[in-house]
Amino acid sequence: MSLSATEKRGFGAVLWDFLTTVDHKKIGILYLLGGGIFFLLGGLEAVIIRIQLITPENDFISAGLYNEMITMHGTTMIFLAGMPLLLGLMNAAMPLQIGARDVSFPFLNALGFWLFMFGGILLNLSWFLGGAPDAGWTSYASLAVNTPGHGVDFYIAGLQIAGAGTLMGGINFIATIVNMRAPGMTYMRMPLFSWATFITSILILFAFPALTINLFLLMFDRMFDTAFFDVALGGNTIIYQHLFWIFGHPEVYILILPLFGLFSDVFATFSRKRLFGYTAMVFATMLIAFLGFMVWAHHMFTVGLGPVANSIFAVGTMAIAVPTGIKIFNWLATMWGGQVTINSAMLWALGFIPTFTIGGMTGVMLGSSVADYQFHDTYFVIAHFHYVIVGGTVFGIFSGLHYWWPKMFGRILNESLGKITFWLFFIGFHLTFFIQHFLGLMGMPRRYWVFLEDQGLDLGNLISTVGAFFMTAGTIVFLYNVVYTAFKGEVASADPWDGRTLEWAVSSPPPYYNFEQLPLVRGLDPLWIEKMEGRDKMAPGEPLDDVHMPNSSFLPFLMGLGFFIAGLGFIYQVDNSLWYIALYGGMAFSIGCMIVRSVKDDHGYYIPKEELEEALKKEAE
Amino acid sequence: MSYDPALFPEELPSEPEKATLEGQNKFMGLWFFLGGETVLFAALFGTYLALKNSTAGGPSSDELFGLELVFLMTMMLLTSSLTSVYAMYHMRNHDFKKMQLWLGITGLLGVGFLICEVYEFAHYITDYGFTFRSSAFGSAFYAIVGFHGGHVTFGICWLITLMVRNAKRGLNLYNAPKFNTFSLYWHFIDVIWVFVFTVVYLMGKVT
Repeated sequence: MSLSATEKRGFGAVLWDFLTTVDHKKIGILYLLGGGIFFLLGGLEAVIIRIQLITPENDFISAGLYNEMITMHGTTMIFLAGMPLLLGLMNAAMPLQIGARDVSFPFLNALGFWLFMFGGILLNLSWFLGGAPDAGWTSYASLAVNTPGHGVDFYIAGLQIAGAGTLMGGINFIATIVNMRAPGMTYMRMPLFSWATFITSILILFAFPALTINLFLLMFDRMFDTAFFDVALGGNTIIYQHLFWIFGHPEVYILILPLFGLFSDVFATFSRKRLFGYTAMVFATMLIAFLGFMVWAHHMFTVGLGPVANSIFAVGTMAIAVPTGIKIFNWLATMWGGQVTINSAMLWALGFIPTFTIGGMTGVMLGSSVADYQFHDTYFVIAHFHYVIVGGTVFGIFSGLHYWWPKMFGRILNESLGKITFWLFFIGFHLTFFIQHFLGLMGMPRRYWVFLEDQGLDLGNLISTVGAFFMTAGTIVFLYNVVYTAFKGEVASADPWDGRTLEWAVSSPPPYYNFEQLPLVRGLDPLWIEKMEGRDKMAPGEPLDDVHMPNSSFLPFLMGLGFFIAGLGFIYQVDNSLWYIALYGGMAFSIGCMIVRSVKDDHGYYIPKEELEEALKKEAE
Repeated sequence: MSYDPALFPEELPSEPEKATLEGQNKFMGLWFFLGGETVLFAALFGTYLALKNSTAGGPSSDELFGLELVFLMTMMLLTSSLTSVYAMYHMRNHDFKKMQLWLGITGLLGVGFLICEVYEFAHYITDYGFTFRSSAFGSAFYAIVGFHGGHVTFGICWLITLMVRNAKRGLNLYNAPKFNTFSLYWHFIDVIWVFVFTVVYLMGKVT
């Protein structure tokens, strides 16, 4: 609930509430908090990398530590910052947008969060326990098989636990959208963000198991001396690359598709126009997701798969530019002739279009398998994927935070500070990464600890590092904005943006049951339809009755804790068999929690009709 | 601590597993989970197909596999799928006792399958020295068959928990979806076994 409301309760009560909650809105806040902390951590690692590269042959950090930095920066940003922040936004907005009281499996939702959180903490503990993983965020075999120390083991255990949590989140959202849409909310009336959540969840569902297996194979090779990647015993390291990218390529669409949906909502809202080409947008999203599974080998052009395979994957890769182009033009056409309001949320969306288009263009360049031999593993690749991931995902997350902050916390983020954040970050971003295209074309390889003097790389790297400082400053201003808004921010009405979709039909922040009566949806942009016909709220789609709610539970936290302890045991059992106690103890504890969950009936509870009647009366006043 | 009378109607509906929103959610959720499991096994099958001839001088699939035992295992698991269908049939007729009986038979067949599998693995290890570490083929073989066996084990534990938990409670709208999702899962691991049987054992005999 709102910050002001929670302040009245003691700190302990609030903490206990968040540790046991199964409410999608609170889990969304937890995801934002967890993902936000990891985002800052990953950003810190990025700044350290850039400081190391500020001058030629710098010795700010050692070569080994540099390898740990690049590995942890990539892993943290993708698995522990990007995806959780997206899951946070999905949790906060999607059930409201489709007119549901919660997700299908509230308990599983909480479990997914705690698994992510404990997995992320486990991975980051490696910094203090003998060194972080240092085989790159891809951790290719055979490098990762033979890397000494426990870094890669932390990578495996941490990602395995966090990945299981993400998978649960994905299944939960699919079931929610299939089963829990409000009366009249047909598929083709869903807001684009909900559509994107749906399709992204399908990607999560079909991509993550490949990673699970890949991490298992790597773990078996490292811990049990199996021979999957041991060439002497007939193993094959290319299997690792295939499995990794069968997961890894859909993963980049997992990171971007939700934001495509979000930008569609933002453009429509702040242009005060229906989204241009709604149907085309939906099908373009599906097409991108489908093609996303077909192109993984474009990460492996230089492996030597042969000209036929390379050509097929090259053509497939370039084909993705078509649905993406459809989207870009539809966004532009949405703004065309609209009453455009430019505020912070809209600024991020506007900044996204040129940035992402540049990233998409270099993507097509990289997709040309012949040219890729030149680009592969240079800073050109680094520039490309930062243009799409930062320019798409991070810009989108900032846009989404500004857009839904009033709904989540009941206060509007400060506009001036928001604009300062945007300009600092936007300028800093292009300073950092635009020049890296040219550094790459000049031959600067990625993942190298130092570069030599007088090879034409000095100035470019200096500019790039200065840009990183601008981005840091932008992020700090945003953090200040969060604190400022919590105390002095403007209190938000239910519908501060003159919104179009259902989340703006409930109060800010929404009541814990979301809707007293599920709304009746009569078309695309349901709230807008009602407003255009002179009503200020949705017509009810069901009679007023008792509302069924799930009980809070501490078990998800405990299950995550058990797996966390088991993960530590897994990592260290090779050193000392006493660690088997942690391994089996943690597992037994988690499985025990599962049995308790299965054996103890949990029917939930009912909110009595009278309480809802009272709430409705209050709203009417 | 909580009790919901709506879950215990006087007369159960004809499809008690899908009568509540919770039940429909569980039904949907499990189907999607199985979609993910499909990819999990697809990754293992891909790995196995890539490594099945990498014997590194050790025994090959043709020398190892005996189809008699595998045939017995296949029969047990396929029959257990049929018996779980019987159990669901009785659930829809609200006959709790017969449902428990057929679920029990399902579980016993699953245990029989597992015993055969353990025997098979022990046989390979002691008589052929064929282990998880002996070659890439060995690693891939134990990984795929072991993952399937792990799924069967999990299914049996799930079944036992369900049966013991509800032994005295009878059928209601709260536990009917749980039985139904178990049976879906059980069918899935049977389907996977059909592929394991074909791709690993039958194709392993063809040289």
